[in-house]
Amino acid sequence: MKQVNRKRGDSFSPLVYLVFAAVMLLTLVLCVSVGSVAIPFGETASVIADALLGREAPQTTAASIILSSRLPRVLCVALTGASLAICGAAMQGLLKNPLADGSTLGVASGASLGAVTAIAFGITFPALPFAGTMVMAMLFAFVSIVVILSLAYKLDYSLSTNSIILIGVIYSMFASSLLSLIITFSGDKLHSITFWTMGSLAGTSYRNALVLLLALVLCGGVLLGLSRELNAFAVGEDNARHVGVNVRAVRLSVLIAVSALIGVCVSIGGCIGFVGLVTPHIVRMITGPNHARLLPATLFGGSTFLMLCDLAARMVANPLQLPIGVVTSLIGAVVFIVIFYRSGRASA
Amino acid sequence: MRMLDVSGLHVRLGGKEIVKNAAFSVDEGGWLMIVGPNGAGKSTIVNAVSQGVPYEGTIAFRGRDVRTYKPHELARHVGVLSQNHSVGYAFSVEEVVRLGRYAYAPGVFSRRTDADEAAVADALALTGLTELAAQSVLTLSGGELQRAFLAQLFAQDPEVLILDEPTNHLDLVYQKQAFSLIEQWRQKPGRAVVSVVHDLSLALAYGKSAVLMDRGGVAASGSVREVLTAERLRAVYGMDVKDWMQTMLRQWDDL
Repeated sequence: MKQVNRKRGDSFSPLVYLVFAAVMLLTLVLCVSVGSVAIPFGETASVIADALLGREAPQTTAASIILSSRLPRVLCVALTGASLAICGAAMQGLLKNPLADGSTLGVASGASLGAVTAIAFGITFPALPFAGTMVMAMLFAFVSIVVILSLAYKLDYSLSTNSIILIGVIYSMFASSLLSLIITFSGDKLHSITFWTMGSLAGTSYRNALVLLLALVLCGGVLLGLSRELNAFAVGEDNARHVGVNVRAVRLSVLIAVSALIGVCVSIGGCIGFVGLVTPHIVRMITGPNHARLLPATLFGGSTFLMLCDLAARMVANPLQLPIGVVTSLIGAVVFIVIFYRSGRASA
Repeated sequence: MRMLDVSGLHVRLGGKEIVKNAAFSVDEGGWLMIVGPNGAGKSTIVNAVSQGVPYEGTIAFRGRDVRTYKPHELARHVGVLSQNHSVGYAFSVEEVVRLGRYAYAPGVFSRRTDADEAAVADALALTGLTELAAQSVLTLSGGELQRAFLAQLFAQDPEVLILDEPTNHLDLVYQKQAFSLIEQWRQKPGRAVVSVVHDLSLALAYGKSAVLMDRGGVAASGSVREVLTAERLRAVYGMDVKDWMQTMLRQWDDL
């Protein structure tokens, strides 16, 4: 019995990670090969492999479509999906609330407002000339979380599901209306309103992917390092304090990591809702609630889920492209209702 | 040897003074009962000791102010069991009990040790939860859930246990079980218990010393038998508590 326990441990065996990674890679190749110009699966895989190994790419149309347009977009989609999903999982643990997510709490809308403000008023930071939008998005995301949580604490100390979601929705509507106001008065300086409320990763570049990757490694690393603390929070904040978790420090680290990561995602892809809500739920059914397993699995789950959503956004109304957020919100809204209904019944 | 020493404790919440100048202490081997009517500030004292609410005054563990401890250091010395638990996710009993070992390896890269495994296995066995170790805490009864958190506390292996109405809302079988487990635990050297209880008979049965709270202040403190006298209880509760308890008890005589 003891032997079994020790062997099992908290985290996955390397084999499980290999399976996850294989599924994710297959999805990636699938998403790159399907499109208005269909490219055979094998050719796609070999073009990507050639590019990865630094070999001279063949001068075919297929190769140029893949390398200059589809691959960067799919990479950005995968990284955004992973980022949003791990943020959702971390917040659901921290707040012991299965409906918490960047979009339901209004953090994503806050980040959009920050990005739009930066563009409309030309706000830049001397030290970071190119990153004004991103920094403002991160800043607004953090301020949004703090405002929403302190309002919720005031209303209801236990941070119950209903009150926190209610405040999140109100905050979200408030931020969205300010957003629309700024966009309406700013002429054509800005992306459309649809971009900031529904999100789109069309036309993203390798540079975007690199920024996303850096943010994910940094912030995701922080969150993964806090899995045991998040377990304690998911059991209960009081219990976390009783077992010796530095409650304030952990909460602050998680909130900063989450808002920075959401800020980066929003400044690149706009507000893509419900990925962070749905993915951890589906993944939790497989891994259980232990964050040492849940968080790494959501990285793979989130990227796979969002790549498939992006594929649907590209293909359903081909040659028209839907904003990716339309697809995630359609799926997410249904799942949200199912979870809300179920958790409502469980607590009643 | 003095284990926990609280003096000049004031707690203000929302502009209202919930605890006024409370003071008490517990020695090694002691079991201090904090008693008093609803709203006397008993649970707030527990929250202050566990650093859950801001307070004025001093709380010292073995002569050192608890504010100078890091949270995980304090958790190795002082453990707290609260009265209500609602776990949101389907953690297994073992995962909840294992959280009790957090204080011994709080870092990112810490691995499980044999000491952790032994402490978790012992705590599960002591509370009779070994069979249920892999079960989800969402499927447990109220008594089993409270036992799981008691097991977490045993795995944490502190020197002072602080219990906030540990058997509130639980049936008698569990009440007896829990109190005898805690009594067993207390008898090992270098340990002490502080508990908030509603049931004055439990306080008499298990307590060594007691603090009687009245509207945030200490009305009396000393040995249990000195504190829980008929006159003192009448003054604080506004009714003849002793007479009421005896009347209740006499009902069993002719059954």
